[in-house]
Amino acid sequence: MKTNLNFRRVAVIGAGLTLFRRRMLETPQELAWEASKAALDEAGLDLKDIDCVVIGSAPDAFDGVHMKGEYLAHAGGVKKMVSRVFVGGATGVMVPISAWYHVASGLCEKVLAIAEEKMSPARPHPQSVFKYIWDPITEKPLNPNLIWIFAMEMHRYMHVNKISKEEIALVSVKNKRNALNNPYAQAAANLTVDDILNSEVLVWPVQRLDTSPVSDGAAAMVITSEDVARRHTDTPVWIEGVGWALDNTEWIQRDLYYPRYLEYAARMAYRMAGIENPFKEIDVIEPYDPFDYKELHHIEGLMIAKRGDAPKLLKEGVFDIDGDIPSSPSGGLLGVGNPIAAAGLMKTISIYWQLKGTAGKMQVKKPVHTGLAQAWGDLMQASTVVVMRN
Amino acid sequence: MNGTPLKEEDLKKIHIIKYKPDAKYSYTAGQAYSKFLAGLKEKKIIGRKCNKCGRVYVPPRMYCDDCFKPTDEWIEVKDEGIVETAVASYISWTRERLEKPEIVGVIRLFPSRDNDWVFPGIFHRICVDLEQVKDMSVFGKKVKAVWNEERIGSVNDIECFKVVE
Amino acid sequence: MKIGIIGVGWYGFKPSIKDSSFREMMFEASTRAYEEANINPRTDVDTFISCQEDFWEGISISDEFAPDPIGGAMRPTMTVTGDGIQGIVHGIMHISSGLSNITTVEAHAKPSDILSLNHIIEFGHDPIYGRIGAKNCNFLAGLEAVKYMQKSKIEREDLAYVVAKNKELGLKNPRASFASKLSIDDVMNSEYVVYPLTELDISRYVDGAIVIVLASEEVARKYTDTPIWITGASFASDSTLELSELGEANYLKIASKKAYQMAKINPKQIKSAFIDDTYSYKELEHIEALGLSQNVKEDLREGQFYPGGKIPVNPLGGLLSVGRPLEASGLSLLLDAISYLRDGEENAIVGSWRGIPTFTGGVLVVSRK
Repeated sequence: MKTNLNFRRVAVIGAGLTLFRRRMLETPQELAWEASKAALDEAGLDLKDIDCVVIGSAPDAFDGVHMKGEYLAHAGGVKKMVSRVFVGGATGVMVPISAWYHVASGLCEKVLAIAEEKMSPARPHPQSVFKYIWDPITEKPLNPNLIWIFAMEMHRYMHVNKISKEEIALVSVKNKRNALNNPYAQAAANLTVDDILNSEVLVWPVQRLDTSPVSDGAAAMVITSEDVARRHTDTPVWIEGVGWALDNTEWIQRDLYYPRYLEYAARMAYRMAGIENPFKEIDVIEPYDPFDYKELHHIEGLMIAKRGDAPKLLKEGVFDIDGDIPSSPSGGLLGVGNPIAAAGLMKTISIYWQLKGTAGKMQVKKPVHTGLAQAWGDLMQASTVVVMRN
Repeated sequence: MNGTPLKEEDLKKIHIIKYKPDAKYSYTAGQAYSKFLAGLKEKKIIGRKCNKCGRVYVPPRMYCDDCFKPTDEWIEVKDEGIVETAVASYISWTRERLEKPEIVGVIRLFPSRDNDWVFPGIFHRICVDLEQVKDMSVFGKKVKAVWNEERIGSVNDIECFKVVE
Repeated sequence: MKIGIIGVGWYGFKPSIKDSSFREMMFEASTRAYEEANINPRTDVDTFISCQEDFWEGISISDEFAPDPIGGAMRPTMTVTGDGIQGIVHGIMHISSGLSNITTVEAHAKPSDILSLNHIIEFGHDPIYGRIGAKNCNFLAGLEAVKYMQKSKIEREDLAYVVAKNKELGLKNPRASFASKLSIDDVMNSEYVVYPLTELDISRYVDGAIVIVLASEEVARKYTDTPIWITGASFASDSTLELSELGEANYLKIASKKAYQMAKINPKQIKSAFIDDTYSYKELEHIEALGLSQNVKEDLREGQFYPGGKIPVNPLGGLLSVGRPLEASGLSLLLDAISYLRDGEENAIVGSWRGIPTFTGGVLVVSRK
């Protein structure tokens, strides 16, 4: 079984990115448009050919606009069916999922999927915006910052699975190194585990080089019906599985060492794509890696490694660019940068380029046929998964 | 390549529009949180129990999201529990360096059992040595709330959770 | 296309609900919707959609709070930052794509929690040149109203007719907190907020939550003998403020063209209309955009928009009577349409608008057959 024949086939035929950088001159609208234009060019379409637009962007507070979807609609959605989907940090992969059902439903033929984030304008520091993502009554009064979330989860993961910071730092080393091949990357570097362990401590056990940077950037994809795809390209990449799940808001009331909601999201996507053994059947992955431990955490939630086993496989080289299942060949958020929603869509684009064979210097060594991108967000509760094949 | 990156010194050459949103709210606490906050004033941690699945929600909810039915009764849980996770923050919420790291974490409150996947929990400061966070020895430790003398019905009525064993 | 509505639930619709949090309101509304549909959300619903915006909630990434109160925890739950009708269209796509048999769509509003609502609206304008620090956020509606009146030869008195009609018709609506019996003179004599709009011409904000349960045709027939069918659906944006056409609701023109096509129906066959009247003039502008009248002024003055006329428009009072529950506004109009259809009308069109400063709206064609 390969695909569920009840679904209309949906293809990706073009993608585009802007540079990911700490600070960009362009306005959010302009960034979104730059990425859209590049995606349309690759697809060989004009904006007038597009019938529907899906936008993804994380908190409105970053770009500093209320109803940010309306503001960004200007970057391609004029006089069209345009809307914004939002599942926190998991939004970047929700965008292609949403574009998929726009087409699969038969309501749209040619969808432009756009994700944009401009974190740099927020004051006093982009970090401060994250105080307002906590429960306003029971959590915000403690003056939390975003990194607390990651530190609490990472420490629990380390404690339950007996994993060291050295093992986790290897993710950062790998991804920042992979990013050296990525022309869009903001934080590419050749680092050692020691460099990471010697970097500034932010919130123990999280150090600066365990994290992805603050970024501005945009990404876009053109997603179409089978007919349109066949007319425009000989090498369409098919979206064959989508899945997402949100756990409840009560993150303090569950064990954080394992992302159960991600397992649910992955099962949904695997069922649709006919994947029974993800470790054997998936060739290349882009798990969400805003922090280094997250990549391991997610590889386990995706059931590509058993609980607690991801660090071992990483050490054995399974996830290296020339390994059995290259992970984050783009360099991930750690290497490329983290303009939240745009970063998730960038990971989807990375898989698309890998499957199309146009990833250039990022192209993994082995032949690839099935790839997966994933994002994560909210209060340790949301995941989105997309499976693609060539 | 698309986009024009700016360096720090470029910021002086470009136009920047400053705008401070005037966003003010008076969040309705609702039935569940109102009771919870009132409980804190009385040095009590109040939860809500679903009699169908037995789950105790702390902070309380008027509905059980697993069973999708209203929760059934108010329950006072202990102001004691086990440290599930703990971290030491060297930065403030605006990302300034802190002189003394702030230690926060999640406490699984009693009554609950070691292998519970879901449990009544609280997110708060933990008064413990930095070293015990770094070597993870604080994990699994029993802690108890230290209440402030002056209480107003806020999570800050608890100063922190202190190790008691 | 045929998508069934198998359950609806609502809670609130008072200017200020202080004893329930927004999550508790969502739970109450969804409990009622699931009871009406006779389903268990934990086992029977495949996907969940909530419509909300961060700055309406006062919480960044407010979708964190979406799943629990609607039964969507550990399920495919997502948010659409838009009007409820946009959420319905996303729900329709979930079902038509084969992803779902039953989908829940929720929208809610708690404007009484927002202390600086005018400023939040200004924050929706373009950051570089759109925020002019206007004392009154309705100024844009005033600008547009004048443009529309000039274009369609509508007089101030015509707007008063709309107000009097909707306020009176709302007296029959259990959700209408702002219904009343007014004369044209009462409206004409009230003070302007922004010319040509008086306080009575502007719908008031209201707290409320609405949940709609959608199902595929086959599944809907299993659950109910009398579903309401959605046969056409779309939404659209014109552009941003500076490039949109004032006085023309292009968003509803574009969306309704698609919706009529899907429903294989023309505007003349529409029997009732539930359309955004956030401002009195908007009702008339939207009637034109939806192609429901060839001469709006004449039809209005002749009482053709009352029940019994050519086409009843907002026969349950519209937003001027019920109030404007932010992103739930479109669903509020849909609720009215559903009760009207359940009372015997054959079909209806629902047309929503997201309010200032947007040029975005959605259209549904709903029918008993």
